[in-house]
Amino acid sequence: MIKLFSMKNQKKDGSDAPKQGSQKRASAAQLRITKDINELTLPKTCDTEFPDPDDLLTFKLIICPDEGFYRGGRFVFSFKVGPNYPHEPPKVKCETMVYHPNIDLEGNVCLNILREDWKPVLTINSIVYGLQYLFLEPNPEDPLNKEAAEVLQNNRRLFEQNVVKSMKGGYIGNVYFDRCLK
Amino acid sequence: MTVAVAMAVEWGARWVEVRKLLERPGPFTHPDFEPSPDTLKMMQENIRVLVIGAGGLGCELLKDLALMGFTNLHVVDMDTIDLSNLNRQFLFRKKDIGRPKAEVAAEFINQRIQDCHVTHYYNKIQDFDDEFYRSFHLVVCGLDSIVARRWINGMLLSLLCYEDGMLDQSSVIPLVDGGTEGFKGNARVILPGLTSCIECTLDLFPPQINFPLCTIAHTPRLPEHCIEWVRLLLWPKENPFSEEMPIDGDDPHHLSWIFEKAQKRAAEFGITGVTYRLTQGVVKRIIPAVASTNAVIAAACCTEVFKLATSACTPMNNYCVFNDSDGIYTYTYEQEKKEDCVACSQVPQELLVSPSDKLQDIIAILTDSLRYQMKKPGLQAMVDGKTKSLYLHSPASIEEKLRPNLKKTVEELGLRDGIEIAVADVTSPSTVLFKVKLKK
Ligand SMILES: [Zn+2]
Repeated sequence: MIKLFSMKNQKKDGSDAPKQGSQKRASAAQLRITKDINELTLPKTCDTEFPDPDDLLTFKLIICPDEGFYRGGRFVFSFKVGPNYPHEPPKVKCETMVYHPNIDLEGNVCLNILREDWKPVLTINSIVYGLQYLFLEPNPEDPLNKEAAEVLQNNRRLFEQNVVKSMKGGYIGNVYFDRCLK
Repeated sequence: MTVAVAMAVEWGARWVEVRKLLERPGPFTHPDFEPSPDTLKMMQENIRVLVIGAGGLGCELLKDLALMGFTNLHVVDMDTIDLSNLNRQFLFRKKDIGRPKAEVAAEFINQRIQDCHVTHYYNKIQDFDDEFYRSFHLVVCGLDSIVARRWINGMLLSLLCYEDGMLDQSSVIPLVDGGTEGFKGNARVILPGLTSCIECTLDLFPPQINFPLCTIAHTPRLPEHCIEWVRLLLWPKENPFSEEMPIDGDDPHHLSWIFEKAQKRAAEFGITGVTYRLTQGVVKRIIPAVASTNAVIAAACCTEVFKLATSACTPMNNYCVFNDSDGIYTYTYEQEKKEDCVACSQVPQELLVSPSDKLQDIIAILTDSLRYQMKKPGLQAMVDGKTKSLYLHSPASIEEKLRPNLKKTVEELGLRDGIEIAVADVTSPSTVLFKVKLKK
């Protein structure tokens, strides 16, 4: 155990006037995201966009599936990594309107590792693969878009047609989907 | 007249018990401890203690420290007083509702405890810079936020000075951290750079409970699911107050709106139990506070501050858990420092460069030298409090944007003496820190 204070070096003069400050060291969240990003291995169907390369906490992921219901489409997700990363998962939203059982029309995504099953050992890469998987295997068991989920469960052909129709730009029921083909 | 005399006598005898601890040796005194009347004087005249948080724990901490003899106290808190605080945050009265906690707490202590001076800051801890934090001998935390704890932990670690890889112990500012959750609590002593830190033990904090989004959206079963539905799905869709207005858990209009919508949702699904209180709890993620737990944890923390400041006794080593939900249970153990902790395992290594070196030369040092043998290092510098990406190997979109930096010199990139560069590489489990040293 060290003796922290010797009586001699006691004087600390703090000027009590607070100064607008900043930390000279990157935060633990920043150190971690630097590592996550530097080691990101994207599948060939995915790409990223960093509006400001100095800010690794805000970026977009673009997924262009090459198989499954959604092949040929282009879907953009926004990522926001908060100061409590990796204790808390990043906030992810789908910016492209998509006809999908696990993504609602406001862009909320139902992916377990984004909420209830998030663990600090998971990385941005895990989320990228999770999202990519959602396009290969949409899961009608955990619906966010209930209508789409019901169609997928009861009539796969119709579901496939609806997906194609929505990606070309058009109405499914009374909801209009913007064209999102690559 | 008689009253005044009685008071004077009482204050006069005030330090009798503290003196017994500081002016005599004992079986538990620290080996280096020299009993002396000067210690009390030093404690009263020189030691600057920063208390972070003026809430449930903060009120207890300030009262305990002031009564113990510390006279130079500082308190930071960004909150204002709410009616619901008054049952346990005993420095506040009904007339104080709406005022900053730090200000009222300081006023109360300054008025009540002779010779004690509390300076208050109605601020976020992030508003202050390293110079401010360096001016304290000790920091005590009574916080309910993990983000804030991680921030102050990072700040105190960044103040450490190393000479030839050896820690300069005079740069260590101990952090005494208290936390409570209902009937459970913990107190711990962190000597930044020497013992385990907040980041080492991040998995001790219970993860936030997040319900699956699809359950919230379509199959709610609990009143909390209904409140979360309004918070996460309905609010961003309806923007009831104005476009892009985030939810303010302290705004009663916001809470009432959420409460009403959640009640409707609950009725639709035949769920009972949505109350205004629960709404507030879910939105603000409140964990019920128990006054007695706060008192115990704050007392433990202040005892540690006293020990660290005076060396009268060896400090706790280093983590104490407490639980009084069913009888009383308490246990103290040594929380070990994590070898690869992103925050505290890092002794920034010196990176000797000349101003004319190019970034690619620096990367070559990291990959080619026997000492580092990195594979694909990604470099990010911290310049004037902002992160600046120097070079990253992936993803392609960012690599392309940063590639021109490879040909730029240290000078052109603005890498001054003392600037820290975080280097991430697959060969190390966490990011490694370097400190730029310019060749003369
Ligand atoms: Zn640590």
